[in-house]
Amino acid sequence: MSLVTSILASLFIPLLGAILIFSYRRFPRLVEIIFVSSAAALLLVTLSIFNFGSEVYHQTHALYPLIGNIPLAFHIEPLGLVYAGVASSLWLITTIYAIGYMNANQEKKLARFYMCFCIAMMGVMGIAFAANLLTLFIFYEILTISTYPLVAHKENADAKNGARAYLGLLLTTSIGFFLVSILWTWQVSHSLDFTIGGILTGKLSDGLTLVLFTLMILGIGKAGLMPFHRWLPAAMVAPTPVSALLHAVAVVKAGVFCVLKITVYIFGIDLLQSTNANQVIIILATVTMLLASLVALQQDNLKARLAYSTISQLAYIVLGAAIATSVSIVGASMHLATHAVGKITLFFCAGAIYTATKKTSIKDMHGIGYQMPFTMVAYTVAAISIIGLPPMVGSWSKWFLVDGALSSGQIVLAIAFLISTLLNIVYLMPIAINAFARKPSEADSHYREAPKSLVLPLCITAFLCLALFFLMPYFYQFLQTIP
Amino acid sequence: MTLIHTPVLQVIIPLIAAPLCCLIPRSRLAWLFATLTCISTFAVSVLLIFQVHAVGVINYEMGNWPAPLGIKYHIDSLSAFILILISAIASITLLGSRAVIEQEIPERKHALFYTAFLLCLTGLLGIVATNDAFNVFVFLEISSLSTYALIAMGRNRKALMAAYEYLIMGTIGATFILIGIGLLYMQTGTLNMFDLHERMPIIGGFNSVHAGFAFFTVGIFLKLALFPLHQWLPNAYTYAPSAVSVFLAATATKVALYLLYRVFYTVFGFEFSFDVLHLGAVLLPLSIIAIILSSLIAIFQSDVKRLLAYSSLAQIGYMTLGVSLQTQAGLIASMINLFNHAFIKGALFMCLACLAYSIKTTRCEHMAGIGKTQPWVAAAFVIGGIALIGLPPTAGFVSKWYIVLAVLNTSWWLAIVVLLTSLLAVVYVWRVVEQMYLREPSDKVDHGTTVPPMLLTCTWVMIFLSVYFGIDNRFPVRMATMAAEVLMP
Repeated sequence: MSLVTSILASLFIPLLGAILIFSYRRFPRLVEIIFVSSAAALLLVTLSIFNFGSEVYHQTHALYPLIGNIPLAFHIEPLGLVYAGVASSLWLITTIYAIGYMNANQEKKLARFYMCFCIAMMGVMGIAFAANLLTLFIFYEILTISTYPLVAHKENADAKNGARAYLGLLLTTSIGFFLVSILWTWQVSHSLDFTIGGILTGKLSDGLTLVLFTLMILGIGKAGLMPFHRWLPAAMVAPTPVSALLHAVAVVKAGVFCVLKITVYIFGIDLLQSTNANQVIIILATVTMLLASLVALQQDNLKARLAYSTISQLAYIVLGAAIATSVSIVGASMHLATHAVGKITLFFCAGAIYTATKKTSIKDMHGIGYQMPFTMVAYTVAAISIIGLPPMVGSWSKWFLVDGALSSGQIVLAIAFLISTLLNIVYLMPIAINAFARKPSEADSHYREAPKSLVLPLCITAFLCLALFFLMPYFYQFLQTIP
Repeated sequence: MTLIHTPVLQVIIPLIAAPLCCLIPRSRLAWLFATLTCISTFAVSVLLIFQVHAVGVINYEMGNWPAPLGIKYHIDSLSAFILILISAIASITLLGSRAVIEQEIPERKHALFYTAFLLCLTGLLGIVATNDAFNVFVFLEISSLSTYALIAMGRNRKALMAAYEYLIMGTIGATFILIGIGLLYMQTGTLNMFDLHERMPIIGGFNSVHAGFAFFTVGIFLKLALFPLHQWLPNAYTYAPSAVSVFLAATATKVALYLLYRVFYTVFGFEFSFDVLHLGAVLLPLSIIAIILSSLIAIFQSDVKRLLAYSSLAQIGYMTLGVSLQTQAGLIASMINLFNHAFIKGALFMCLACLAYSIKTTRCEHMAGIGKTQPWVAAAFVIGGIALIGLPPTAGFVSKWYIVLAVLNTSWWLAIVVLLTSLLAVVYVWRVVEQMYLREPSDKVDHGTTVPPMLLTCTWVMIFLSVYFGIDNRFPVRMATMAAEVLMP
């Protein structure tokens, strides 16, 4: 298969999956088979795209002009491959988890759920391979709209309000800021292509570059930067597989991926360094990182705590991008992958606990490690990875992020990373410790592990947290090719 | 041989068909006849597009009388663009809405309804095809009078009031346009638009020309329903029969906008309208107020038809905003929005026609649970709503892109204002969507009736078009660019 065919296949496989699920919506078994097999097929296609050597990177494949002479265009480059690889491999694991979860919790309207899931994945793949800002924006909005029904899935008042906040914030930022800054970019540079070194060098004054960069990064509401982070906790009303894949991996990572891609290929790290256009975003990201951790401390609902933890971790990536040195970019893109693996495990655990015990509150989870040993061991492994301690994969990305901050001379930021790490320990570890250190109450002793289709995926991702630690050197070489 | 006569066939086919139609005794036959007429006018407009592409401009002299004396039809890319839009919408509307017309209108009036519909179509097509200012007035009156009749046939008794209101306002508008024509005729002694432009004494204080301009402005703004002359429109759209709402929402104001382009660019000329008399300074604030105010009012409407009517007023604001920028980019944006919005709003009103047929109401609270009981209609409404908001990959996004880009060339803060106000559309569309999907079906309405397949198909054709022109927008963009070059060389 040629590269273009592969890229198109990565878009059409989820779409075809969605269409087939819709056509066979009356046959639940068949729908599940289609759901899993489209995920498997997508992973195969993504792997085949990885197989193309680095010589085809950055070659733009324009399909046809969308608006004026701006084409619908795709390309592959290391950042996009990382994101596509992470999303498609974790999707396959999530499909199995989702089927188990939805059946165990007797959720309704499964066909619609799986269908929207597939369309969201199409949006993800489009974002990963987009070769210009317009293509990126189109798939960004497809992702927003297709995840709305997933957030509102329960159709009760909570779901309605949560979904409202979700859609409202994401559309306000994307239309109010992101689209304006895209149009502005087009107006000043007459190009929207992702180009090595950026397209804005010498086009705007330093002050306006600062405004444009701030506007654009704030416009990417999916990155969860404060003050536009409220949608993420609001979206936690969705069933847990959605929180796990979309709100820990696909959607939020789409946000930070866009931040990285725009930093590297629209502005270029040299421009940001020379104009100091990144200052506002650096401050916002640091504040978000620390504040979100503090808020996470106070959450008693496990999913809400994980949501704020996600906001804080996303700010790491935005901060890494905004520092704009090659080391910090590598650290940020590595964190995109490592945080995904860790956080999806934590969410899988939260869903497994809910399925087995219907518990959502952290203070009710004391001693739960005795009844659900696999789940809670996986939780501990993933929590260590998120905190960034060896031998878990998260330690690598944190290392490079701190290194990036130090090498650019920003000691304050390095300290902020360390404070945030301490806060990570405080809000993640007590859950693991209490699960094993305290004895379960009598009333709780009848709980068992969740069904296998839930426990198996979370064991796999927890294992990945460990295994990837040793594979990271290969990964590092790959990421170093980001200019 | 017949190809020479296509410009006049465009108008004369529905004009002749209209009186014949009222002689047909059987309702179904009348429908069939009217639909076939619409489809043949559509075929003619397609022919015209090809001819315009081939030769640029088509001139047709009535009875071979040469231009300043006789009536001339003049089809350039702008007219061809609007003609194909009107005839396409008319065909789809009439093709789909037989069932809903039969349900809403007593059978003895059916033949008259189709006659009025064809007359309205004749009027709208005539305004666009002709190059004679007085002829414009004649067709304007044909379309207006038939529209009053069509609106009055609505099921609700308030339709009479709405039609009366529109009759008063519309007549004032048409009279103002007539007075404007008269004043210009007094000054120049001609009625042909190009001739008018050439003989127009631009420099010097010719009060009659200035007064004519003022009368034209107010008359056209009234027909266009631009703020603050929009009062007639919400009631007219709300109480008209469903099929009429579809047709009017998608075409009537668009033709008024065409008239605005023609009068201010072709007859008075860009320099006179915008540099000497500063039309832009009037249009810009009015457009912005129209956008913001109508969107805000739309949020609080309890009848979805009225909600969409206010949303139309806001969209008209976007179209005139493009004109007020006084740039070619703005004009192109305005025309693209005109074209895209016709299909989007047509599609949404078709959805309401489906609901008016199946649950006999268009009130927001009665739409609870439609997502379960009428999944296809609800899904169509969601897609149409997304297009109305202007999210990719729909036609609405293309319009928004061009408008904001054109605005950005003038001032960046205005661009942000435009984009942020377009978010108000999210609020009013999503109110309906939440009602459809996140509520249990209301027991106050009867969910038993299924939507006729023909109506549903035509709705989805419109929906398909409003998504298709978002993905492949070469046709509207090229036509709008050519048209803008004609108007602003």
